[in-house]
Amino acid sequence: MYNSYSVNTLAYNAELCNGCGMCVAVCPHAVFEMNERKAHLFQPLACMECGACQLNCVTGAITVESGVGCAAAMMRAALLGLPEAECSCG
Amino acid sequence: MINLDTITINSRPNIFSTTPQLSRANHWDHFLARLGYKRSQHCVEPGLYAIGNPSPDSPVFVTANYTLSFDALRSNLNGIDGYILVLDTNGVNVWCAAGKKTFSTEEIVLRVTATQLKKVVNRHVLILPQLGAPGVAAHEVKKRTGFKVEYGPVRATDLPEYLKTRQATSVMRQVNFPLRDRIILIPVDFVHLILPTVLAALVFYFFLGGLLPALAVLAVLFSAGILFPILLPWLPTHNFSTKGFFLGFLTALPFALSVFIRHPDWTWYHQAGQAFGFLLAMPAVVAFISLNFTGSTTFTSKTGVRREMFAYLPAMAWIFAAGIILNIAFAFIR
Repeated sequence: MYNSYSVNTLAYNAELCNGCGMCVAVCPHAVFEMNERKAHLFQPLACMECGACQLNCVTGAITVESGVGCAAAMMRAALLGLPEAECSCG
Repeated sequence: MINLDTITINSRPNIFSTTPQLSRANHWDHFLARLGYKRSQHCVEPGLYAIGNPSPDSPVFVTANYTLSFDALRSNLNGIDGYILVLDTNGVNVWCAAGKKTFSTEEIVLRVTATQLKKVVNRHVLILPQLGAPGVAAHEVKKRTGFKVEYGPVRATDLPEYLKTRQATSVMRQVNFPLRDRIILIPVDFVHLILPTVLAALVFYFFLGGLLPALAVLAVLFSAGILFPILLPWLPTHNFSTKGFFLGFLTALPFALSVFIRHPDWTWYHQAGQAFGFLLAMPAVVAFISLNFTGSTTFTSKTGVRREMFAYLPAMAWIFAAGIILNIAFAFIR
Protein backbone atom coordinates (compact mmCIF):
# COMPACT_ATOMS: atom_id res chain seq x y z
CA MET A 1 0.00 0.00 0.00
CA TYR A 2 1.22 3.52 -0.86
CA ASN A 3 2.91 5.25 2.06
CA SER A 4 3.44 8.96 1.53
CA TYR A 5 5.59 9.08 4.67
CA SER A 6 8.30 6.86 3.19
CA VAL A 7 10.44 9.88 2.22
CA ASN A 8 11.40 13.12 3.94
CA THR A 9 13.85 16.01 3.55
CA LEU A 10 16.22 15.14 6.42
CA ALA A 11 19.86 15.06 5.35
CA TYR A 12 22.85 14.46 7.61
CA ASN A 13 26.53 14.89 6.88
CA ALA A 14 28.41 12.79 9.44
CA GLU A 15 31.74 14.36 8.49
CA LEU A 16 30.68 17.66 10.02
CA CYS A 17 29.51 16.13 13.31
CA ASN A 18 31.41 17.27 16.40
CA GLY A 19 29.71 14.76 18.67
CA CYS A 20 27.91 17.26 20.91
CA GLY A 21 24.79 15.09 21.05
CA MET A 22 22.36 17.98 20.74
CA CYS A 23 20.42 16.31 17.90
CA VAL A 24 19.81 13.26 20.09
CA ALA A 25 18.60 15.52 22.91
CA VAL A 26 16.15 17.59 20.88
CA CYS A 27 14.63 14.92 18.61
CA PRO A 28 11.19 13.78 19.81
CA HIS A 29 11.28 10.65 17.65
CA ALA A 30 14.73 9.18 18.32
CA VAL A 31 15.88 9.75 14.74
CA PHE A 32 19.53 10.05 15.87
CA GLU A 33 21.67 8.01 18.23
CA MET A 34 25.21 8.51 19.50
CA ASN A 35 27.78 5.94 18.58
CA GLU A 36 31.53 6.35 19.21
CA ARG A 37 31.22 10.10 19.83
CA LYS A 38 29.36 10.72 16.59
CA ALA A 39 25.68 11.04 15.79
CA HIS A 40 24.20 8.41 13.52
CA LEU A 41 20.89 8.25 11.73
CA PHE A 42 19.03 5.59 13.66
CA GLN A 43 15.53 5.79 12.17
CA PRO A 44 15.40 8.62 9.61
CA LEU A 45 11.85 7.77 8.48
CA ALA A 46 10.53 8.63 11.94
CA CYS A 47 11.50 12.26 11.23
CA MET A 48 8.55 14.69 11.34
CA GLU A 49 10.61 17.61 9.99
CA CYS A 50 10.19 19.82 13.06
CA GLY A 51 13.63 21.31 12.43
CA ALA A 52 14.87 21.20 16.03
CA CYS A 53 18.05 19.24 15.18
CA GLN A 54 19.05 21.57 12.35
CA LEU A 55 18.52 24.66 14.47
CA ASN A 56 20.56 23.25 17.36
CA CYS A 57 23.41 21.77 15.30
CA VAL A 58 26.38 24.14 15.70
CA THR A 59 28.35 22.71 12.79
CA GLY A 60 25.48 22.66 10.27
CA ALA A 61 25.74 18.91 9.75
CA ILE A 62 21.96 18.52 9.56
CA THR A 63 19.55 20.01 7.06
CA VAL A 64 15.80 19.52 6.91
CA GLU A 65 13.02 21.44 5.21
CA SER A 66 11.10 22.10 8.38
CA GLY A 67 7.41 22.78 8.51
CA VAL A 68 4.19 21.59 10.01
CA GLY A 69 2.63 18.35 8.78
CA CYS A 70 -0.91 19.67 8.83
CA ALA A 71 -3.25 19.10 5.88
CA ALA A 72 -5.73 21.72 7.11
CA ALA A 73 -3.06 24.44 7.14
CA MET A 74 -1.80 23.49 3.68
CA MET A 75 -5.30 23.46 2.17
CA ARG A 76 -6.07 26.82 3.72
CA ALA A 77 -2.86 28.23 2.30
CA ALA A 78 -3.63 26.79 -1.13
CA LEU A 79 -7.20 28.15 -1.15
CA LEU A 80 -6.18 31.61 0.03
CA GLY A 81 -3.19 31.73 -2.29
CA LEU A 82 -0.73 32.04 0.59
CA PRO A 83 2.74 30.54 0.62
CA GLU A 84 2.74 27.02 2.13
CA ALA A 85 1.53 27.63 5.64
CA GLU A 86 3.38 27.11 8.87
CA CYS A 87 0.24 26.77 11.00
CA SER A 88 -3.19 28.25 10.84
CA CYS A 89 -4.77 27.48 14.19
CA GLY A 90 -4.24 29.01 17.60
CA MET B 1 6.98 42.09 21.49
CA ILE B 2 8.54 44.29 24.12
CA ASN B 3 10.19 47.57 23.39
CA LEU B 4 13.70 47.54 24.84
CA ASP B 5 13.69 51.34 25.14
CA THR B 6 11.02 51.20 27.80
CA ILE B 7 12.99 48.94 30.12
CA THR B 8 14.70 50.73 32.94
CA ILE B 9 17.67 48.50 33.61
CA ASN B 10 18.38 50.07 37.00
CA SER B 11 14.99 49.21 38.44
CA ARG B 12 14.65 46.15 40.63
CA PRO B 13 13.68 42.96 38.81
CA ASN B 14 9.94 42.43 38.91
CA ILE B 15 9.16 38.91 40.07
CA PHE B 16 5.64 37.46 40.24
CA SER B 17 4.97 34.54 42.49
CA THR B 18 3.14 31.30 41.88
CA THR B 19 2.51 27.95 43.54
CA PRO B 20 2.35 24.33 42.40
CA GLN B 21 -1.31 24.13 43.48
CA LEU B 22 -4.00 24.25 40.82
CA SER B 23 -7.26 25.90 41.84
CA ARG B 24 -10.77 25.03 40.70
CA ALA B 25 -10.60 28.09 38.46
CA ASN B 26 -7.47 26.63 36.84
CA HIS B 27 -9.19 23.30 36.19
CA TRP B 28 -12.22 25.09 34.72
CA ASP B 29 -9.91 27.09 32.46
CA HIS B 30 -8.24 23.84 31.32
CA PHE B 31 -11.64 22.34 30.57
CA LEU B 32 -12.63 25.34 28.42
CA ALA B 33 -9.25 25.31 26.66
CA ARG B 34 -9.75 21.64 25.75
CA LEU B 35 -13.12 22.55 24.22
CA GLY B 36 -11.43 25.24 22.17
CA TYR B 37 -13.54 27.92 23.87
CA LYS B 38 -11.91 31.37 23.40
CA ARG B 39 -8.94 29.50 22.15
CA SER B 40 -6.37 32.28 22.16
CA GLN B 41 -7.36 33.69 25.52
CA HIS B 42 -5.91 31.13 27.92
CA CYS B 43 -2.93 33.30 28.71
CA VAL B 44 -0.55 33.89 31.58
CA GLU B 45 1.28 37.19 32.01
CA PRO B 46 4.77 36.75 30.50
CA GLY B 47 7.68 37.43 32.85
CA LEU B 48 9.57 35.91 35.75
CA TYR B 49 7.81 33.91 38.47
CA ALA B 50 9.12 32.53 41.75
CA ILE B 51 7.83 29.15 42.88
CA GLY B 52 8.50 27.91 46.42
CA ASN B 53 11.30 29.85 48.11
CA PRO B 54 13.98 30.19 45.45
CA SER B 55 17.53 31.38 46.16
CA PRO B 56 19.99 32.77 43.59
CA ASP B 57 21.22 29.20 43.11
CA SER B 58 17.79 27.81 42.19
CA PRO B 59 17.05 26.50 38.69
CA VAL B 60 15.20 28.52 36.04
CA PHE B 61 12.50 26.81 33.99
CA VAL B 62 11.23 28.29 30.74
CA THR B 63 7.71 27.86 29.41
CA ALA B 64 5.02 29.36 27.15
CA ASN B 65 2.32 31.74 28.36
CA TYR B 66 -0.48 29.25 27.61
CA THR B 67 -2.25 28.31 30.84
CA LEU B 68 -2.07 24.57 30.09
CA SER B 69 1.72 24.83 29.56
CA PHE B 70 2.38 27.03 32.58
CA ASP B 71 0.14 24.94 34.84
CA ALA B 72 1.64 21.65 33.64
CA LEU B 73 5.04 22.99 34.61
CA ARG B 74 4.23 24.49 38.00
CA SER B 75 2.03 21.62 39.15
CA ASN B 76 4.99 19.30 38.66
CA LEU B 77 7.33 21.47 40.73
CA ASN B 78 5.82 20.51 44.06
CA GLY B 79 8.51 20.90 46.71
CA ILE B 80 10.98 22.40 44.25
CA ASP B 81 12.20 25.97 44.70
CA GLY B 82 12.89 27.74 41.45
CA TYR B 83 12.07 30.38 38.90
CA ILE B 84 9.77 30.14 35.91
CA LEU B 85 10.49 32.35 32.92
CA VAL B 86 7.26 32.70 30.95
CA LEU B 87 7.77 33.67 27.30
CA ASP B 88 5.16 35.58 25.33
CA THR B 89 3.87 32.99 22.85
CA ASN B 90 0.44 34.61 22.41
CA GLY B 91 -1.21 31.95 24.53
CA VAL B 92 0.04 29.07 22.37
CA ASN B 93 1.58 25.89 23.78
CA VAL B 94 5.34 25.25 23.74
CA TRP B 95 5.57 22.90 20.75
CA CYS B 96 3.23 24.82 18.45
CA ALA B 97 4.79 28.13 19.49
CA ALA B 98 8.25 26.75 18.70
CA GLY B 99 6.93 25.80 15.25
CA LYS B 100 5.56 29.31 14.79
CA LYS B 101 8.84 30.76 16.16
CA THR B 102 7.21 32.68 18.98
CA PHE B 103 8.87 30.34 21.46
CA SER B 104 12.23 31.37 20.05
CA THR B 105 15.82 32.41 20.56
CA GLU B 106 14.71 36.00 19.99
CA GLU B 107 11.97 35.86 22.60
CA ILE B 108 14.28 34.24 25.17
CA VAL B 109 16.89 36.96 24.64
CA LEU B 110 14.24 39.67 25.05
CA ARG B 111 12.68 38.05 28.11
CA VAL B 112 16.00 37.36 29.87
CA THR B 113 16.92 41.02 29.34
CA ALA B 114 13.52 42.42 30.32
CA THR B 115 13.34 40.42 33.55
CA GLN B 116 16.98 41.18 34.41
CA LEU B 117 17.43 37.50 35.08
CA LYS B 118 21.20 37.90 35.49
CA LYS B 119 20.59 39.94 38.64
CA VAL B 120 18.30 37.26 40.04
CA VAL B 121 20.28 34.04 39.64
CA ASN B 122 23.95 33.10 39.95
CA ARG B 123 23.85 29.97 37.82
CA HIS B 124 23.25 31.04 34.25
CA VAL B 125 21.35 28.00 33.07
CA LEU B 126 17.88 27.85 31.51
CA ILE B 127 15.98 24.57 31.60
CA LEU B 128 13.78 24.44 28.50
CA PRO B 129 11.11 21.92 27.65
CA GLN B 130 12.56 19.72 24.90
CA LEU B 131 9.68 20.59 22.59
CA GLY B 132 10.80 24.23 22.59
CA ALA B 133 13.82 23.18 20.52
CA PRO B 134 12.26 23.70 17.04
CA GLY B 135 12.22 27.43 17.82
CA VAL B 136 15.43 27.81 19.82
CA ALA B 137 19.11 27.53 18.92
CA ALA B 138 20.79 26.73 22.25
CA HIS B 139 24.20 28.00 21.12
CA GLU B 140 22.68 31.30 19.96
CA VAL B 141 21.06 31.85 23.34
CA LYS B 142 24.40 31.20 25.04
CA LYS B 143 26.16 33.63 22.73
CA ARG B 144 23.60 36.39 23.15
CA THR B 145 22.66 36.12 26.83
CA GLY B 146 25.41 34.10 28.50
CA PHE B 147 22.77 31.60 29.63
CA LYS B 148 23.34 27.95 28.84
CA VAL B 149 20.26 26.20 27.49
CA GLU B 150 19.57 22.77 28.89
CA TYR B 151 16.81 20.79 27.20
CA GLY B 152 14.76 19.04 29.86
CA PRO B 153 12.27 16.24 29.28
CA VAL B 154 9.31 16.45 26.87
CA ARG B 155 6.75 16.07 29.66
CA ALA B 156 6.72 18.21 32.81
CA THR B 157 5.74 15.10 34.81
CA ASP B 158 9.30 13.81 34.26
CA LEU B 159 10.88 16.97 35.71
CA PRO B 160 11.32 15.80 39.33
CA GLU B 161 13.13 12.69 38.06
CA TYR B 162 15.16 14.74 35.59
CA LEU B 163 16.28 17.20 38.27
CA LYS B 164 17.94 14.41 40.27
CA THR B 165 20.53 13.74 37.57
CA ARG B 166 20.00 16.52 35.01
CA GLN B 167 19.93 13.74 32.44
CA ALA B 168 16.85 12.87 30.43
CA THR B 169 16.39 9.20 29.60
CA SER B 170 15.49 8.23 26.04
CA VAL B 171 11.93 7.58 27.23
CA MET B 172 11.72 11.14 28.58
CA ARG B 173 12.92 12.41 25.19
CA GLN B 174 10.32 10.65 23.06
CA VAL B 175 6.93 11.94 22.08
CA ASN B 176 4.20 9.37 21.67
CA PHE B 177 0.51 9.74 21.02
CA PRO B 178 -1.30 7.50 23.50
CA LEU B 179 -5.05 6.89 23.61
CA ARG B 180 -5.49 9.37 26.45
CA ASP B 181 -3.97 12.20 24.41
CA ARG B 182 -5.97 11.29 21.32
CA ILE B 183 -9.20 11.36 23.34
CA ILE B 184 -8.34 14.72 24.93
CA LEU B 185 -7.97 16.19 21.43
CA ILE B 186 -11.39 15.06 20.19
CA PRO B 187 -13.51 18.06 21.32
CA VAL B 188 -11.28 20.77 19.80
CA ASP B 189 -11.91 19.54 16.24
CA PHE B 190 -15.36 18.17 16.97
CA VAL B 191 -16.87 21.54 17.93
CA HIS B 192 -15.97 22.91 14.49
CA LEU B 193 -17.70 20.01 12.78
CA ILE B 194 -21.02 20.19 14.65
CA LEU B 195 -22.60 23.16 12.86
CA PRO B 196 -21.86 22.08 9.24
CA THR B 197 -22.94 18.54 10.12
CA VAL B 198 -26.26 19.61 11.60
CA LEU B 199 -26.96 21.88 8.63
CA ALA B 200 -26.15 19.12 6.15
CA ALA B 201 -28.29 16.64 8.10
CA LEU B 202 -31.26 19.06 8.05
CA VAL B 203 -30.90 19.65 4.31
CA PHE B 204 -30.90 15.91 3.66
CA TYR B 205 -33.78 15.32 6.05
CA PHE B 206 -36.10 17.91 4.54
CA PHE B 207 -35.05 18.05 0.88
CA LEU B 208 -32.79 15.23 -0.20
CA GLY B 209 -34.07 11.81 0.78
CA GLY B 210 -35.22 12.03 4.37
CA LEU B 211 -34.15 10.26 7.52
CA LEU B 212 -31.63 7.72 6.24
CA PRO B 213 -29.23 10.16 4.53
CA ALA B 214 -29.61 12.58 7.46
CA LEU B 215 -28.54 9.79 9.83
CA ALA B 216 -25.68 8.99 7.46
CA VAL B 217 -24.39 12.55 7.86
CA LEU B 218 -24.44 12.19 11.65
CA ALA B 219 -22.71 8.82 11.39
CA VAL B 220 -19.93 10.41 9.34
CA LEU B 221 -19.39 13.01 12.06
CA PHE B 222 -19.27 10.35 14.78
CA SER B 223 -16.95 8.16 12.76
CA ALA B 224 -14.48 10.81 11.58
CA GLY B 225 -14.66 13.05 14.63
CA ILE B 226 -14.64 10.50 17.43
CA LEU B 227 -13.82 7.00 16.22
CA PHE B 228 -10.94 7.99 13.96
CA PRO B 229 -8.75 9.62 16.65
CA ILE B 230 -9.43 6.70 19.00
CA LEU B 231 -8.74 3.95 16.45
CA LEU B 232 -5.87 5.73 14.64
CA PRO B 233 -3.01 3.29 15.37
CA TRP B 234 -5.16 0.22 14.71
CA LEU B 235 -6.66 1.25 11.39
CA PRO B 236 -4.88 -0.45 8.47
CA THR B 237 -2.41 1.29 6.09
CA HIS B 238 -0.04 4.21 6.83
CA ASN B 239 -1.83 7.13 5.29
CA PHE B 240 -4.59 9.01 7.06
CA SER B 241 -6.68 9.16 3.88
CA THR B 242 -6.71 5.41 3.38
CA LYS B 243 -7.33 4.79 7.07
CA GLY B 244 -10.28 7.20 6.72
CA PHE B 245 -11.61 5.46 3.60
CA PHE B 246 -11.47 2.14 5.45
CA LEU B 247 -13.30 3.47 8.52
CA GLY B 248 -15.78 5.31 6.30
CA PHE B 249 -16.53 2.15 4.35
CA LEU B 250 -17.34 0.30 7.59
CA THR B 251 -19.55 3.22 8.63
CA ALA B 252 -21.39 3.20 5.30
CA LEU B 253 -22.01 -0.56 5.18
CA PRO B 254 -25.05 -0.63 7.49
CA PHE B 255 -26.61 2.24 5.52
CA ALA B 256 -26.03 0.50 2.20
CA LEU B 257 -27.47 -2.78 3.53
CA SER B 258 -30.46 -1.07 5.08
CA VAL B 259 -31.56 0.06 1.61
CA PHE B 260 -32.15 -3.56 0.61
CA ILE B 261 -33.94 -4.38 3.87
CA ARG B 262 -36.14 -1.31 3.99
CA HIS B 263 -37.10 -1.31 0.32
CA PRO B 264 -37.44 -4.91 -0.90
CA ASP B 265 -40.07 -3.67 -3.37
CA TRP B 266 -37.62 -1.41 -5.28
CA THR B 267 -36.02 -2.50 -8.54
CA TRP B 268 -32.47 -3.84 -8.19
CA TYR B 269 -30.88 -0.82 -9.87
CA HIS B 270 -32.78 1.55 -7.60
CA GLN B 271 -31.57 -0.35 -4.53
CA ALA B 272 -28.00 -0.58 -5.84
CA GLY B 273 -27.95 3.09 -6.82
CA GLN B 274 -28.88 4.22 -3.30
CA ALA B 275 -26.56 1.72 -1.66
CA PHE B 276 -23.60 2.82 -3.80
CA GLY B 277 -24.42 6.42 -3.00
CA PHE B 278 -23.72 5.70 0.68
CA LEU B 279 -20.71 3.50 -0.05
CA LEU B 280 -19.04 6.26 -2.06
CA ALA B 281 -20.00 9.55 -0.42
CA MET B 282 -19.58 8.55 3.24
CA PRO B 283 -16.03 7.10 3.04
CA ALA B 284 -14.87 10.12 0.99
CA VAL B 285 -15.99 12.55 3.70
CA VAL B 286 -14.57 10.43 6.52
CA ALA B 287 -11.27 10.23 4.61
CA PHE B 288 -11.19 14.01 4.15
CA ILE B 289 -11.80 14.75 7.83
CA SER B 290 -9.27 12.07 8.78
CA LEU B 291 -6.64 13.68 6.55
CA ASN B 292 -7.26 16.91 8.42
CA PHE B 293 -6.36 15.17 11.68
CA THR B 294 -2.69 15.07 10.57
CA GLY B 295 -2.08 18.48 12.12
CA SER B 296 -3.29 17.26 15.52
CA THR B 297 -0.90 14.32 15.66
CA THR B 298 2.64 14.28 16.99
CA PHE B 299 4.44 12.59 14.12
CA THR B 300 3.42 13.63 10.58
CA SER B 301 5.99 15.40 8.39
CA LYS B 302 5.20 18.21 5.98
CA THR B 303 6.63 16.19 3.09
CA GLY B 304 4.48 13.17 3.92
CA VAL B 305 1.28 15.16 4.36
CA ARG B 306 1.85 17.06 1.12
CA ARG B 307 2.43 13.80 -0.78
CA GLU B 308 -0.66 12.31 0.82
CA MET B 309 -2.77 15.30 -0.21
CA PHE B 310 -1.63 15.09 -3.82
CA ALA B 311 -2.26 11.36 -3.88
CA TYR B 312 -5.74 11.28 -2.37
CA LEU B 313 -7.52 14.65 -2.45
CA PRO B 314 -8.61 14.39 -6.12
CA ALA B 315 -9.92 10.86 -5.52
CA MET B 316 -11.86 12.04 -2.48
CA ALA B 317 -13.51 14.80 -4.50
CA TRP B 318 -14.51 12.51 -7.39
CA ILE B 319 -15.74 9.69 -5.18
CA PHE B 320 -17.72 12.13 -3.05
CA ALA B 321 -19.30 13.77 -6.10
CA ALA B 322 -20.25 10.41 -7.60
CA GLY B 323 -21.77 9.24 -4.31
CA ILE B 324 -23.77 12.41 -3.72
CA ILE B 325 -25.13 12.44 -7.28
CA LEU B 326 -26.21 8.81 -6.99
CA ASN B 327 -27.77 9.37 -3.59
CA ILE B 328 -29.70 12.47 -4.61
CA ALA B 329 -30.72 11.08 -8.01
CA PHE B 330 -32.14 7.91 -6.52
CA ALA B 331 -33.84 9.81 -3.73
CA PHE B 332 -36.08 11.36 -6.39
CA ILE B 333 -36.67 8.32 -8.58
CA ARG B 334 -39.79 6.69 -7.27
